[in-house]
Amino acid sequence: MLRQFSISFAMALTLGSQPIWAQETTDVDPHAGHGSSATPMDGMKHKSMSDGDMSMDGMDMKGERGHHTDVHGDETMDKQMDGMGSMSEQGALGAPRVQGGKPPLDARDPHAYSGGYDFRPTPRLRLGDEHSLGALWVDRFEMVRSSNNTSAAYDLQGWYGRNYDRVVIKAEGDYDNGKLESSDTELLWSHAVSGYWDAQLGARYDSGDGPNRGWLAVGMQGLAPYWFELDITAYVGDSGRTAVGLEAVYELLFTQKLIFQPRLEAMAYGKSDDARGLGSGLSDLALGLRLRYEIRREFAPYVGVEWAGTFGGTADNVRNEGQDTSEARAVAGVRFWF
Amino acid sequence: MKHKALNQTQYHSSLLPDTGRRRFVQGMAAGSLLLGLAPWSKSALATASAQTLTGLAPVLAGTEFDLSVAETAVNFTGRARMATTINGSIPAPTLRWREGETVTIRVTNHLKVSTSLHWHGIILPYQMDGVPGISFTGIAPGETFTYRFKVGQSGTYWYHSHSGFQEQTGMYGAIIIDPALPENVRVDRDYVVQLSDWTDEDPMVVFAKLRKMSAYYNFKQPTVADFSRDVGDMGMKGALGKRRMWNRMRMNPTDLADISAYTYTYLMNGTTPDDNWTAMFKPGERVRLRFISSGTQSFFDVRIPDLKMTVVQVDGVNVEPVTVDEFRFGPGETYDVIVEPKDDRAYTLFAQDMGRSGFARGTLTARPGLEAEVPALEKIEWLTMRDMMGNMAGMAGMNEMAGMDHSAHAMTGDAAMADMTGANAVHVRHARTEYGPSVDMRVNSPRTNLDDPGIGLRNNGRRVLTYADLHTIGGPLDSRGAEREIELHLTGNMERYTWSFDGLEFGKSTPIHFRHGERLRVILHNDTMMTHPMHLHGMWSEQETADGEFLARRHTISVQPAQRISFLVTADALGRWAWHCHLLYHMDAGMFREVVVA
Repeated sequence: MLRQFSISFAMALTLGSQPIWAQETTDVDPHAGHGSSATPMDGMKHKSMSDGDMSMDGMDMKGERGHHTDVHGDETMDKQMDGMGSMSEQGALGAPRVQGGKPPLDARDPHAYSGGYDFRPTPRLRLGDEHSLGALWVDRFEMVRSSNNTSAAYDLQGWYGRNYDRVVIKAEGDYDNGKLESSDTELLWSHAVSGYWDAQLGARYDSGDGPNRGWLAVGMQGLAPYWFELDITAYVGDSGRTAVGLEAVYELLFTQKLIFQPRLEAMAYGKSDDARGLGSGLSDLALGLRLRYEIRREFAPYVGVEWAGTFGGTADNVRNEGQDTSEARAVAGVRFWF
Repeated sequence: MKHKALNQTQYHSSLLPDTGRRRFVQGMAAGSLLLGLAPWSKSALATASAQTLTGLAPVLAGTEFDLSVAETAVNFTGRARMATTINGSIPAPTLRWREGETVTIRVTNHLKVSTSLHWHGIILPYQMDGVPGISFTGIAPGETFTYRFKVGQSGTYWYHSHSGFQEQTGMYGAIIIDPALPENVRVDRDYVVQLSDWTDEDPMVVFAKLRKMSAYYNFKQPTVADFSRDVGDMGMKGALGKRRMWNRMRMNPTDLADISAYTYTYLMNGTTPDDNWTAMFKPGERVRLRFISSGTQSFFDVRIPDLKMTVVQVDGVNVEPVTVDEFRFGPGETYDVIVEPKDDRAYTLFAQDMGRSGFARGTLTARPGLEAEVPALEKIEWLTMRDMMGNMAGMAGMNEMAGMDHSAHAMTGDAAMADMTGANAVHVRHARTEYGPSVDMRVNSPRTNLDDPGIGLRNNGRRVLTYADLHTIGGPLDSRGAEREIELHLTGNMERYTWSFDGLEFGKSTPIHFRHGERLRVILHNDTMMTHPMHLHGMWSEQETADGEFLARRHTISVQPAQRISFLVTADALGRWAWHCHLLYHMDAGMFREVVVA
């Protein structure tokens, strides 16, 4: 079981009192009755609608849910109009959601027009939606230069499957002096649960310095409003070990090919693992800024800087080894995919 | 007219011996065309790799046709590629039929994979419709399939493969059906102008790229530089406001076309813009241009600077003439226009793609060797709130938006204003399958006006055709009102690159049943940010206004973002039919239904 801090940590990472994917897809009070048939004057719809599209403002974590909704409840139509200069009230009142949500009771049955007919048994047409596809993304393949050392790192993700269910492999690791410093590799089943979010379930294997560790993994990966790519996973291992990891990426287009990418990665553990030098609580955090040039979409060299720090018991362990608990690094590498 | 059409061919071969690097292959191509008619030998294909005839489609007339599908080599970009062609040419031969006659078309497949030909817009028995897996089993390698049907209509149509991505790799051609009665559109010259898009890439690879990175081909995405400029123009608040909704919803305001000139070369009659397809006229003549939109993923905005175009026929059906400067058409649609150039000069036929990444181009000239100025590509225009939200955005922005969003403001015709005030409020019923991962947005207050030419064409200073301008001569085929309504939503998830009806891709769908003989109203409601050319096989789509007034008889109707349109169908064609978005990559992603008329 996750300890309390892990849970709250996960909450913090998920931008509010509700995980963001839940806001998008399920956080609907069935009694609110806000369907597409909502009447325009039903002011009560405002709240349920607000839940649908939480902004990143929610990161501040303050306040109760209701407060949160009132302050940050910038559901789409409302804000859209606000953004257009000013807003008359009627747009916000009772407008049904435009993304996510649950179908109203009177939603159409998409098979209602079939009249009982089905495809003929003869070889029927099969289109791309019934064909599997694979991809491999090597997001980071880089040399890492700190003040007194040069190492190498990789970070890749591969998938195979159709549109909504895929096998996913994630692998990340560091090499130092030709030796694998640390690596974690995950094998997951990924299932689309909403427009922009996939739920993932599988296993993770850590190796490198210290004993190897196996974990069960459950997480969410997707795209949050304002184009933040998020990957949040909780882990449960042997001996009551728990952990939670976060990766957040944003991309800013300077030009169509020159792309600036801030990236945050963090890892926290439920209890210390001295054999691996890990303390409980927030353990590692890295903030990187990379600038890549897409020679082709599939191939982009980059340079960047990264700040990486250790915290809590992990930092103590690092300190005891006579090393710095944080460092700034220069990185250079290539992103490629196919 | 037939003679004039043939003149076009003669003109090309005799008056324009052309020095372009692609032209030289045509000598060889003529030979390969003959080869194409002979039984194909694999060794010939492997060693000689026959060249594709491009730029002039041979005209085949009569009632008996032999068509041969094979791989032939082509070079549109400087790199040799294999195309799939019909009788060795791109476009495929123009088929000239006569209304009332029965045509027999033997199609032999020399490919290593199954093929098919679909006669787009032709009313015929479903077994002849040519959709593998629905109308028939397809034409296996080495086999000959014989299509035979009575031609009961006249006008401009086209045909193409309905198998895989063969349409992208060269399998499309024009059909001209002469009316049984004397043609009432009288002209001095008559040209087919078939527009298409070509990629050197394997279309399967293109599709895979879109599924891995849907913005792969979009090189007009909002950048930091755009933002800075907007801050300068409209202040920080305005610049942020312009982006807020797009960014919140994770949608891209410049995603108009999915695929761009990054990979596409746009062709006019199988000819690149550089090679400049050319047609002749004499000043004072009436010239009919039969524009056929055969791009697989491209909408074209067509104009001829300094010439008015009078649209006389749409989708093969004569309409009350309407004179315009420009029209947009999507894959599948055909527009016949009359031009009357008076001056002894050249004119440019200019067809820029909707995403403003490239263009197809040709020349209409009074004398050989002349060219006219080629207009610059216009700047891409961001989709507006109205394109995304329908009328809700219009209501909200009525006062404030006008200053910032010219296009949204400009498009308000009377009908739009009526919508804005809620007079035409519609009751939208989304399918329950539109609330899951297959759908990235829903439109709750669609726009129903048809007097909007669409994004990029609003208020451009030119008279642009809209669907509200189209009136089929003679009214609807069936005077009955609708006995039943079917509401279908056009859906998708751009980020995942999934496309569907009602949130269900074809593989998860069930057929749609039309009761034989019924008169049916079909409502198409676009819950996406893209324009979808919707093509119902086998039966006419008789488009109407939001108020139920008949407009035009169509085989392909483009539905704009956040738009809701309706048409009436008489379900008089027994059998199984395809119904799909004619953007090939949307179709293949699953934006496709089978219709059962029984």
